[in-house]
Amino acid sequence: MRAEERSGWLMATPYTAFLAAFALYPIAFAVVLVFLQWDLVTPPSFAGLDNMRLLAGDGRFWRAVANMFVFLSIHIPLQIVTALALALALNRPLVLRAFWRAAFFLPVVISGAVVAILWSNLYATDVGLINRVLARVGIAPVPWLTDPRTALPAIAVMVTWKNVGFYVIIYLAGLQYIPRSCQEAIEIEGATAWQRFRYLTLPSLLPQTILVLTLSTINGFQLFIEPYVMTGGGPLRRTYSLVLYLYTNAFSYQKMGYAATIGVALALIIGAVIFIQRRVVGTAEAL
Amino acid sequence: MRTLGRVALYLGLALAAITFIYPFLWMASTTLKPPSEVGTLALWPDHITFDNYRTMWARAPFGRALFNSALVATTITLAVLVFGSMTAYAMARLHFRGRPWLNAVTMAVLLVPGQLTLIPLYTLIVQLGWIDTYAALIVPFLFNATAILMLRQFFLQIPQSLLDSARMDGMGELRILFTIFWPLSRPVLAIVAIVTFMGSWNEVLWPLLVVREQHLMTLPQLLTVFVLGGGAGSIGVSLASAMVLVVPIVVAYAFLQRYFIESMAGAGIKG
Repeated sequence: MRAEERSGWLMATPYTAFLAAFALYPIAFAVVLVFLQWDLVTPPSFAGLDNMRLLAGDGRFWRAVANMFVFLSIHIPLQIVTALALALALNRPLVLRAFWRAAFFLPVVISGAVVAILWSNLYATDVGLINRVLARVGIAPVPWLTDPRTALPAIAVMVTWKNVGFYVIIYLAGLQYIPRSCQEAIEIEGATAWQRFRYLTLPSLLPQTILVLTLSTINGFQLFIEPYVMTGGGPLRRTYSLVLYLYTNAFSYQKMGYAATIGVALALIIGAVIFIQRRVVGTAEAL
Repeated sequence: MRTLGRVALYLGLALAAITFIYPFLWMASTTLKPPSEVGTLALWPDHITFDNYRTMWARAPFGRALFNSALVATTITLAVLVFGSMTAYAMARLHFRGRPWLNAVTMAVLLVPGQLTLIPLYTLIVQLGWIDTYAALIVPFLFNATAILMLRQFFLQIPQSLLDSARMDGMGELRILFTIFWPLSRPVLAIVAIVTFMGSWNEVLWPLLVVREQHLMTLPQLLTVFVLGGGAGSIGVSLASAMVLVVPIVVAYAFLQRYFIESMAGAGIKG
């Protein structure tokens, strides 16, 4: 064997073994688990299509699916608009530019568990900071996390707040790629600020918008610690996320087959949503 | 009009900055307030007290959790850097049979959402008997496909002539990697280190699944369990325990702010 061939294999073998054990095996076993019933104590038994049948008729699962779509339909547009607005503001010549950027990015580095605990207190009905500020302007306290209508939007706003700094940086990078000559040309043409934004900036940022769309969709489907800490999935299961439901089935009910089925369904949903988003964006681009 | 625009811009920025910073300042100040003052919007407590910190430190093993988190995050980060570099080096610069296959599988694995493998991975840990061990927290993260692809991308750009002359001098592949490639790859190594460390430090779902023994819990997990279990008993105490998790990251962020921002955005753009 050539020396290079040998070193190549020596250096790649640990990773290959790791890949087999902790990536490929779990992927394959996920598919097997879908057909099993297993509580981790007694030996697994073959369950045929039971898990899939259960899933199809499980109101709690579909409630969680609906919750995810409500969550994403608030979170994603809000995320794109706020990130774009802050990036446009930061893209001007500014005093203390690094400070502003660092401030917007601060929540991104903080653990989701901390943010959830902090915001439970900010959203608290009687003593929460937000209601206290609202009281100053004469607005009655809102039961943010205990009203089924406001709980999920409240969490969506919080997640947007936590992640926006990350997406601001992505948009800022995109803004730097818009050629000066294009900006000057459109200004000489006498375009208004809105026209410049609509016909130059926004189309130029399409790759970044697609990236923000995809990443915030993937991140959104991972929603777990926020409802786990803030609401326990309530009120009326309106904040139950799919990952929280998956976790509950595995950890609290010891239903490995069913939890894995939820995992597979979730992966398929994510794939489908991203596929559809790409299609829609592709069509919009062609217009 | 122009001045008016500038004023509006800075007002907007200031408002946004307050929205992002004020909650954390409020949190920090609340932990120093006696219960009677917690209700106020004021940032500066009338009477500073460390009781909240004393209480939380006495009620749950936060010192141990700090150690666990540091141990787990440091081990994973070092492994991802060292083993990841070795793998990426082989995948970028060494010709061996199976290399295209390995590259393809690595990319494919990245497309699979983590939620799909979460339960099978958990059952694997149970069957290995790793529940309530450091192994459960560390081993599944010793390699990271994203990190390997980022490093590989960077290693591909290093000129072949450097490699050839090092080999002529009789240097082995590992020595070439660590004495020639590594010094040239500092930016990408910093990105991988920060993203990996942050990811591990803040992770909470996986520890919640595989660790039940309080003394093996990582910080975010112990914090979650402590606050949800009612162990805190008051806002001041629960926020004080959250501070243990926040302070190290914010201190690191204050010093390495630029690297944090560039790393995380860089990883997002490339990954």
